Amino acid sequence: MTLAFAVDVGLVLLVLAVAGWSLAVRDAFAAVISFVAYGLLLALVWVRLAAPDVALTEAAVGSGLTGLLLLSATARLRPGKTAAAPPGRALKWAAGGLCLLVTAGLAALVLRLPEPAPTLAPAVVAHLADLGLGNPITGVLVAYRAIDTFLEAVVLLPALLGVWSLAADRDWGGAPILRDPRPDGALTLMARTLPPFGIVVGIYLCWNGADHPGGAFQGGAVLAAMWVLVLLAGLAEAPSIHQRGLRGSLIAAAAVFLVIGLVGIGWADAFLAYPEGYAKPLIIIIELVLTVSIAVALTLLVAGPPTRMQP
Amino acid sequence: MSLVLDLFTMGAVSVGAFFFLARLHALTKADNLGLGLIVVGLLPQVAWPFGAFKLMAVWLIGLFAATTVSQLMARAARDAGPPT
Repeated sequence: MTLAFAVDVGLVLLVLAVAGWSLAVRDAFAAVISFVAYGLLLALVWVRLAAPDVALTEAAVGSGLTGLLLLSATARLRPGKTAAAPPGRALKWAAGGLCLLVTAGLAALVLRLPEPAPTLAPAVVAHLADLGLGNPITGVLVAYRAIDTFLEAVVLLPALLGVWSLAADRDWGGAPILRDPRPDGALTLMARTLPPFGIVVGIYLCWNGADHPGGAFQGGAVLAAMWVLVLLAGLAEAPSIHQRGLRGSLIAAAAVFLVIGLVGIGWADAFLAYPEGYAKPLIIIIELVLTVSIAVALTLLVAGPPTRMQP
Repeated sequence: MSLVLDLFTMGAVSVGAFFFLARLHALTKADNLGLGLIVVGLLPQVAWPFGAFKLMAVWLIGLFAATTVSQLMARAARDAGPPT
């Protein structure tokens, strides 16, 4: 038994233990914290599986931003903060049963996977140079499976609409408020100092995605985190959800993707096909716009429904 | 020479990891001393100069986050009052 194998076994046991704890613990706050720890451990697992792209996304989006969303949901659901009655026994059993069904379905699928798994990886690597990319993951995401990435850019919008639809009628058109009601010196210092570094890291992750692990989602998540930090410290107000610029930057990725995809029908004979020789510049345009849209959408998801209330 | 460096890495990273596990001080010891020792231990293993700078940047940003978070948690704890 080698050292690496022992580390892997320890990692698996730790992931299972933390996952079990996040399910078993009664307190919602503790459950969310263990979910975040679970996500970070899962990112380590992806690194061990030689999938650094997935690890970055898991750490930034799966663990970080999802954890933040769950935390703010927990804060809103505190006893006394909500008028809704706690879910009854029947609802809890129904939710548990559905979760069990999904898990059983996933487990059955994983166990039925053919061995060895069918793969197109050699074909991807053989044609990667045509795209002008060095990172096969980015090649698959923005070229061979561009339709999936296009749908990911679209699906962020209904998610955000779902959050916005929680606003009362009189709050519609207001701006979400994320600010800590009592400003704190340490947080303000951090929100002034960290964003310049974070913005550089976010742009680097996006730009670097062409040849190394990284890409629009990871870069966008880092940029969103910086914006959330600034909003939280009260250094800037969130924009009103009516602002045209805001809405434009939200739909920019889906719109650019759609236009390039439609142009591909006439020019390269297929939806989302890139014309010969123009693949690299088109991919860069898509990645840049995608990063902006993702950053704005993730920030607004965390910021929550709009309100007109004065803090 | 490389054996000495490898031993140094193993030692420093192990001691650093111990601080993460031991949790002597819940908030900042893991980030200050634990992460610092892990970074110092890994320094001989990475490419000079940019790999080393990146590792040190990770440590500095970790320190910065830890100090801020400990301030915020201390304030939250003060507001909540002594544990009953």
